Amino acid sequence: MTAQELSPSLCPSETEAAAQQPAEHRRAPLWRRPFTWLIVLVGLAFALLPAWGDNVQLRESLSLAAVYITLASSLNIMLGYSGYVNFGNIVFFGLGGYICVYLVSEWLWPLVAAALVAGVAVSLLALIFGLGILRLRGAFFALATIGVNEAVKAFVSNFEPWGGATGIYLSLDVYQPLGGPAQALWIVHFLIVAVMTASLFLSYVIKSSKFGLGLLAIGENEDAAAVLGVHTPRYKAFAYSASAFLPAIVGGLFFFKSGIIEPGGAFDLTGSIETIVMVMLGGLGTVTGAALGASFYEELRGVLLTTEALSHFQLVIAGVLLLAIVLFAPGGLMGFIYRRWPRMRRLLE
Amino acid sequence: MTGVIASLIDGVLVGAVYGLAAMGLTLIWGVMNVINLTHGAMIVLGMFALYFLASALGLPPYGAVPVSIVIGFVVGVVVYWIAVHRVIGRTHLMALLSTFAMNMVLIGLGTALFSTSPYNVPVALPGITWREYTFTGTHVVAAALALLIAGLLYLLLHRTRIGKAIRAVADNREAAELNGIPTTQVLSFAFGLGVALAAVSGTLIATLFPFNVLSGGAYEVKSFVVTVLGGMGNPAGALMGGVALGLIEGAATPFMPVSWTPVIEFVLFVAVLIMFPRGVFAFTRS
Repeated sequence: MTAQELSPSLCPSETEAAAQQPAEHRRAPLWRRPFTWLIVLVGLAFALLPAWGDNVQLRESLSLAAVYITLASSLNIMLGYSGYVNFGNIVFFGLGGYICVYLVSEWLWPLVAAALVAGVAVSLLALIFGLGILRLRGAFFALATIGVNEAVKAFVSNFEPWGGATGIYLSLDVYQPLGGPAQALWIVHFLIVAVMTASLFLSYVIKSSKFGLGLLAIGENEDAAAVLGVHTPRYKAFAYSASAFLPAIVGGLFFFKSGIIEPGGAFDLTGSIETIVMVMLGGLGTVTGAALGASFYEELRGVLLTTEALSHFQLVIAGVLLLAIVLFAPGGLMGFIYRRWPRMRRLLE
Repeated sequence: MTGVIASLIDGVLVGAVYGLAAMGLTLIWGVMNVINLTHGAMIVLGMFALYFLASALGLPPYGAVPVSIVIGFVVGVVVYWIAVHRVIGRTHLMALLSTFAMNMVLIGLGTALFSTSPYNVPVALPGITWREYTFTGTHVVAAALALLIAGLLYLLLHRTRIGKAIRAVADNREAAELNGIPTTQVLSFAFGLGVALAAVSGTLIATLFPFNVLSGGAYEVKSFVVTVLGGMGNPAGALMGGVALGLIEGAATPFMPVSWTPVIEFVLFVAVLIMFPRGVFAFTRS
């Protein structure tokens, strides 16, 4: 594939685009682009809809969707932009959850500080780790990521300060600084939605930056990208690290909300799989697609789990769905939308 | 000291079975550059084949071995036409995702049918005593059968027409096609063969240890480690890699809890890939 196949909206390098196109096509600053405001609008809707009318059920559903969107759009940075499959993306979520829950319950840190520290720690870890395993190319990297999940899970299950195989239970006291459990749940919901909005911004900003262009180039042809001056190992490691930051934070918030964290739930390989399904469903490499795919999957999952006949076949249905997308519609939902309404390419990234 | 040596030898015996499993993975990679992520599910298929043939139908346990080769081959060919055929020649991402999706479907079905409770097929064989060491009979037989099947695979690949065709396709698919080899059929045959190896190794593993629907994952990871040790796409190397992994596990077992095994395997996997990207035993490649 060549640059011709990448539409202008896919490769928004400031200098190149400006040189080739009339002045009105130059990218506006971030705050003047419609897509930015779309993200803000979605974030506000997620936060305010349940608050208006005190709808707890809607809040739980949107919270879960927001967690999924954060995971999916972060995974999209690796999977969609640079074409690297990360089968162990749930590691970030679990590890972030562990660090945050540990800091809150043992060291009595305030939630926000603990979650931020968890995010920074996990993405630093991912950076160091990424510089090592991202020397592996393509399929080999994918194999290594399966191992990462198993290895981290085995490590945490044997790590006594984090409760080993039984995990950590939060006592109700930790919710007191936030004004009791009931109010804490609302605060955590707002925080999760904020992280979700940040994740959409992050993947949008990365996509429209020179860094993102480099990642897309790696996805097309890594050797060619390297020849053209993209420092591929460093780019990949940064992408890996960036895709770790927000999942770790949202993991912290999620497990704080649950009140319990244990290795089986935190490093559930199914979670990684589901995230991949979401990204593929929405459309690889698109910001909107990751969000749509995640929301759609959250709905689907709810239906599957509550329908008696289907509840045992959740994995099977997700698998069939993934297989069908890979074989017949690799563009996902956004691929369909772009083909049907080409103008949408300009509006929805 | 006696304990350590016994553990090492036992590791080698079990390692031969790991090697057999990895041969299936490496064969498929070598022929069509596809990493078969259904590998774990196929190992489980072999395990349950043993369970049903031996416990439900009352066949002798080792009678299940040829049956599971046939079942594995048939399932492999079917999976090839469903999930692999369309992604050959596309990016690695697509092949990884489609075999992964297939794996989810198979494991999901298995979980729904058999739940995840453990199964065990008792195989009564006397232990073999040599000087002061005693080895479990099943381990010795499993290793011997693994070597036998590996030998048969060698004969198939090097002494038969279809084997020659497989090697030709692995070498250069276009050239093979130009020479009148029906490459698509050959690819599906090779995929079936790889899956048959995975299934039969699952059957052998099930004679050694208890298992459940999700056991495949752990053995899949082992197969990957063995594959990179032996060099991707190199069946002979895979057998040696399996023995090497068995030795390492045998050496580690007396000193650390079993739950640490995945950590060791993973570190080994990444270290080998980075330091010896062509495999430690790559020199044996013909």
